[in-house]
Amino acid sequence: MRRLLSSVSIAVIVAAGLLTACKPPELTEAEKKTVASLSLSALPPLPPDPTNKYADLPAAAAFGATLFFEQRMSIDGVVSCATCHQLDRQFQDDLPLAKAIGTTDRRTMPLADVARSPFLFWDGRRDSLWAQALTPLEEPREHGGNRTFSAHFIKAHLADRYERIFGPLPDLSALPANAGPLGNDAEKAAWAEMSEDQRQAVNRVFSNLGKAIAAFERSIVHEKTRFDRFADAVTVGKTPEGDAALSDEEIYGLRLFTGKANCIECHNGPRFTDDHFHNTGIPAVAGLPEDLGRETAVKQVQSDPFNCLGAFSDARPEACGELRFMVTSGPQLTRAYKTPSLRGAAGRPPYMHAGQIKRLEDVIDHYVRAPASPSGKSEVVPLSISERERAALVAFLKTISD
Amino acid sequence: MISNWRYLVAIIGIAAIAAIAFSKMHMAPPPSELDLARSKPSEKGIYAVSIDPEAGEVKQGELHNWIVALKTPDGKAVDGAKIAVDGGMPQHGHGLPTAPQMTGELGEGRYRIEGVKFNMGGWWELKFAISAPQGDDNVVFNLVL
Ligand code: HEC
Ligand code: HEC
Repeated sequence: MRRLLSSVSIAVIVAAGLLTACKPPELTEAEKKTVASLSLSALPPLPPDPTNKYADLPAAAAFGATLFFEQRMSIDGVVSCATCHQLDRQFQDDLPLAKAIGTTDRRTMPLADVARSPFLFWDGRRDSLWAQALTPLEEPREHGGNRTFSAHFIKAHLADRYERIFGPLPDLSALPANAGPLGNDAEKAAWAEMSEDQRQAVNRVFSNLGKAIAAFERSIVHEKTRFDRFADAVTVGKTPEGDAALSDEEIYGLRLFTGKANCIECHNGPRFTDDHFHNTGIPAVAGLPEDLGRETAVKQVQSDPFNCLGAFSDARPEACGELRFMVTSGPQLTRAYKTPSLRGAAGRPPYMHAGQIKRLEDVIDHYVRAPASPSGKSEVVPLSISERERAALVAFLKTISD
Repeated sequence: MISNWRYLVAIIGIAAIAAIAFSKMHMAPPPSELDLARSKPSEKGIYAVSIDPEAGEVKQGELHNWIVALKTPDGKAVDGAKIAVDGGMPQHGHGLPTAPQMTGELGEGRYRIEGVKFNMGGWWELKFAISAPQGDDNVVFNLVL
């Protein structure tokens, strides 16, 4: 019995060896097309943002850059967007859970080409860059501010620059120092006591800050990597040279990524994301509140007063297709998160929406095992790949990081 | 005894083949005999249905519109229809990433479907449930991206 079983396993090993030992053949025409579709060169020009009429105004982008690094707009005077989105770290912070005034429930996201994303945050609970930028300002664990606090700050310190772009600031002299609909009880009460006109005037200023920050963020883009230089050469029929020449292992990893391992099902296009939400069975983090991902977020984005259809958006309703036609119910939303770009991923562990996975090798292991999701159903099917294939996938992922 | 081992080996073999077939299926190219026609009769034959993207070529990942044209089998335009949209990727077992809707009747039996998106390459189905004075009927179109 033992002999028979072992001869079966030897046969399997030999067969596996035969399958994997051969040198990678030339890319087929179909593979070349796929490679081209993943190159940064295939990225179309950045489309306009109809919700933000200041999106492509250089003065607004410059003002937005100032606000992005502005610490005085936080309640403790030391937090800025750049506290977590660090310029020299792909605009993220290398932590499993972001930290400022407090610790958040999610991993900081990198910002390259974020302007191309129809929904923002891991769960997509905002539908424009400017609506997104407002949330940290009044989140107690991030900037910890509130709406009148932000408006007063601008009036006191940056009024000229604001007014040159957005026109005159409203009269804020009668307004409380701290008031907002999402703050503590005192702030909420103060907000409720303001007149509707006052609230709208403050909301207008607040939304304009988001629009300036968004204009700045539109300039944050991906840089070409070794893979892009390889892809560009292959696409025009040249032999990739120098660092553009990927190794056999890297090409093998590329083939697995686009073929057998089927990563390209979700991580597709030049940004390696389908901009959609999937449950991939990532474990919950003990001690954090229950996180249902997209399921909760669809309601939040629908009720956000700063969404595409809201009073502060510059878009006509026809331009709000992503919001109007989003899927709002169904089991597939439970614990679904936005597919992250894999560009630069090798250089920024830990991974996933709450930094659950430490190393790239462990990410591959996750896809091989395809564990069940803590709630909802994982879309991932177990992979049967060898050790060598795992290493090849990691090697490929590094080519889109350097 | 010996024949028992044969069974065991056979079972392992079958399991292995099934595993390979399964993993192939997961990333299989669309079946080659797939009907890619953009015009066809509805399932019960009540309507002749044609579909076209409103703005030319469809690109992966872009939200776009389709125009559905409805006729009776003898070629008369069908007005006053309601069309519900569904679809997905049969080989992946998932639906559309968006919830498209019929948003306008354009006259002469033409209807605008807004909010369609295909977020992956491969074989997609677009299904229309048509409801008009002539009766209720369904039609499924295949698309390969
Ligand atoms: C405390 C750290 C922290 C601060 C401060 C912070 N962020 Fe973030 N940022 C995060 C985290 C964490 C996420 C993901 C949160 C989630 O999904 O719930 C995120 C997500 C984002 C996203 C979404 C990216 C995507 O791909 O969807 C953008 C854009 C962004 N932040 C911009 C900003 C801006 C602009 C500011 C300043 C106004 C800011 N952040 C302040 C931690 C921070
Ligand atoms: C069904 C869609 C899907 C498939 C298939 C898929 N991914 Fe992912 N991937 C995601 C989603 C969604 C996340 C984020 C999950 C989360 O945080 O809950 C993710 C996260 C990742 C991350 C972490 C990135 C970061 O910045 O945190 C890596 C690396 C990754 N995937 C690599 C791969 C590889 C390699 C494959 C193929 C073996 C693959 N993915 C297949 C959807 C997918």
